Amino acid sequence: MRKLLLTASMLAIAASALPASAETLRWARGADALTLDPHSQNEGTTHTFAHHIYETLVDRDTEGTLTPRLATEWALKDGDDTTWVFTLREGVTFHDGAEFTAEDVVFSLDRARSERSNMRQLHADVESVTAVDDYTVEVKMNGPSPLYPNNLTNTFMMDKTWSEENDVVEVQDYAGGEDNYAVRNTNGTGPYKLVSREVGVRSVLEVNADHWGDAPAVTEIIYTPIADPATRIAALLSGEVDFVQDVPVQDIGRLSETDGISVTNGPENRIIYFGYKMSEEPLTSSDVTDVNPISNPLVREAMALAVDRDAIKEVVMRGNSLPAGVAMPPFVNGWTEELDAYPAPDIERARELMAEAGYENGFTITLDTPNNRYVNDEAISQAVVGMLGQIGIRATLASRPVAQHSPLITSGETEFYLLGWGVPTFDSAYIFNDLIHTKEGNYGAYNPSGYSNTELDEKIQSLGTQTDLEARDATIAEIWAQVQEDRVLLPIHNQLLSYAMQSKFNVEVHPENQPSMADVTISE
Amino acid sequence: MTAFVIRRLLQSIIVMLAVSLVAFVVFRYVGDPIESMVGQDMRLADREAMRDRLGLNDPFYVQFATFVGNAVQGNFGISYRLQEPVTRLIMERLPATIELAVASALIALIFGVFFGVYTALKPKSPITATVMTLSLAGVSLPTFLIGIGLIYIFAVELGWLPSFGRGTTVMVGGWRTGLLTESGLRSLILPAITLSLFQLTLIMRLVRAEMLEVLRADYIRFARARGLTDRAINFGHALKNTLVPVITITGLQLGSVIAFAIVTETVFQWPGVGSLFIQSVQVVDVPVMAAYLMFIAFVFVVINLIVDILYYTVDPRLRVGTGKR
Repeated sequence: MRKLLLTASMLAIAASALPASAETLRWARGADALTLDPHSQNEGTTHTFAHHIYETLVDRDTEGTLTPRLATEWALKDGDDTTWVFTLREGVTFHDGAEFTAEDVVFSLDRARSERSNMRQLHADVESVTAVDDYTVEVKMNGPSPLYPNNLTNTFMMDKTWSEENDVVEVQDYAGGEDNYAVRNTNGTGPYKLVSREVGVRSVLEVNADHWGDAPAVTEIIYTPIADPATRIAALLSGEVDFVQDVPVQDIGRLSETDGISVTNGPENRIIYFGYKMSEEPLTSSDVTDVNPISNPLVREAMALAVDRDAIKEVVMRGNSLPAGVAMPPFVNGWTEELDAYPAPDIERARELMAEAGYENGFTITLDTPNNRYVNDEAISQAVVGMLGQIGIRATLASRPVAQHSPLITSGETEFYLLGWGVPTFDSAYIFNDLIHTKEGNYGAYNPSGYSNTELDEKIQSLGTQTDLEARDATIAEIWAQVQEDRVLLPIHNQLLSYAMQSKFNVEVHPENQPSMADVTISE
Repeated sequence: MTAFVIRRLLQSIIVMLAVSLVAFVVFRYVGDPIESMVGQDMRLADREAMRDRLGLNDPFYVQFATFVGNAVQGNFGISYRLQEPVTRLIMERLPATIELAVASALIALIFGVFFGVYTALKPKSPITATVMTLSLAGVSLPTFLIGIGLIYIFAVELGWLPSFGRGTTVMVGGWRTGLLTESGLRSLILPAITLSLFQLTLIMRLVRAEMLEVLRADYIRFARARGLTDRAINFGHALKNTLVPVITITGLQLGSVIAFAIVTETVFQWPGVGSLFIQSVQVVDVPVMAAYLMFIAFVFVVINLIVDILYYTVDPRLRVGTGKR
């Protein structure tokens, strides 16, 4: 295998006259990119792969801050707070040699918000996109949208001419049964070009010598999905792959002690929390039949005191989590250390509160948990069942794959559930819109709790159009204060990400789990 | 004979229809396909529209009728997950599964018969005792454990064989094969052994039991009395008479090997139809699941047919009354 790779890379050098320091990185993770069409799936693995071939207007670095990519500058238009103006990078070319200009941006944004695109939700507030000149694009919004550039970090730019020539102006139609050329073929501006791809087996990328950025240290990427975690780690240990992105928590300790392997850690932008029905009508899964016991604030407080987040961190997550007191990852605008402070577990006090609420004998309830979505999701729920048992809440665990679990939440059928929430816009409004706002219209899709606070809803809606960022931050703080006081959500922790690699490579953890191989450094 | 084959093939269509009907009844309990097709910020109204467009709101019999209607025209739809035609997805992955299944069936058959005969002829040898004990492990250990164990020994500790994938493959007339390259053959060894182990021990124990039975039969004793060589007795008479059940089991097991290579394919990241199926189940990719299940039903029907035909050649008694003249 080694010999073969060596020969292969030598051939590559001979063929395309790459720099003498040609470096191949063999990258393994649990799943393959679903498609190469950059607008048809809004899914992390797919985006991570696409970022190497295609580029976005703005990017997010490993700190979580927005950085220029194909756009060098962006600002609200003078005297018009509903229009964003993007200045484009000059001298950028697509892999087929075509020049990247404003009309490509107009085309790509229109394609991304077309009906069949799964990216369209991020561009729901866009009214129109126009090219002012070759390197300036104006995006007119329905109303003031102070944070719109945050939505652009995964919207990739395609070449208009190429798309027209290959009949991929439209995004793949599932129902229609047509095969779309863009699903298997690419023409981006990114730092790597697609050389070959066997879906689910292996994709090979080579460095794009004409890329506008600094030349990356890694000149060839061989991407192999390996679904089974044990096999993935075995492949790293046997030297068949260089970088494993999805490392199971139970292997982290052993890998970091293995010679020649290094592990990097960092927080992921994803909060794991429990939610429950808060309205007064009785629960169907409880033996308390006259009223919902959780509608009593004392019970919610008791539940918060019964949960031992540090124990979950040590025992279930083997140290790989960041216990949280607020349902918001630390990168998100609105996060403060005070909000994130979590109470020490106090079973005595929790039992007193239960007795005070009139439930000294506790009650029964069903806890719905996914078992294949988040790191050790089912084990977290099992631990919490045990902890709640100590204060008399006898929870029955109903464990399902995420494809069955999620509909329970969006349909409002669940009464007590575990969920994880990523915040791609890095702003609190994203959390409020779907988890806190009353479930109605475009709001509250993931709020089955029945929690409904008109005053709060108005504040949440105002965040969408508030352009005075200072006032906006103050509103965010007010909303969080109310959410914490009412204990709408029971946060547990933020997931930590771990990457494992052969020691000569250094891949930093990206908060969105979207590392770029163009930023990898190599030590000899 | 021809009439028999045609009748069987017609029956297979009914079997496949029944399988897919059951599949469509079950699919609604697997979960919501929309969940993995859209991001968490997709609005509920958009989801509902998408569900409508894909016909997921229709009752299962309408979905089934649509599926059968399209399938008859050779159209199995577009995978929800990979957005490619299902027929192409399955065809691309089929060579990998077939090569793996055939390799492991051969290993199982050759070693199974060899050890079966050996242990029957030399019941008191220490090798027999060892083989019998090891075969217990073969039938009782789960496949994924054997696979991971082999990976750790031969890929991680010894570094002799690759731990995953199919190695370098070449296209030969539309068939992507790994049998023509060194890395392809090396990659085949561990998964083929893993997949064959259960069948191997099964065939071995079956051959042994049958052999012990046959060796006690009168005609063997008479053969010995006639002074025939051990070789002629053991292989010419005894082994041949054990073959009917062995063929049945091997045939049916080949079907299972193709259908249940799922675990082995997943452990070794073998790019076959089994791993395609398991990934599709996880995200409720209905078109792929339906097509795969129909395909497997077809495989079983065909294999049963071949087994039946083989009976006729091995056992002359069965030829009586098949309506020849």
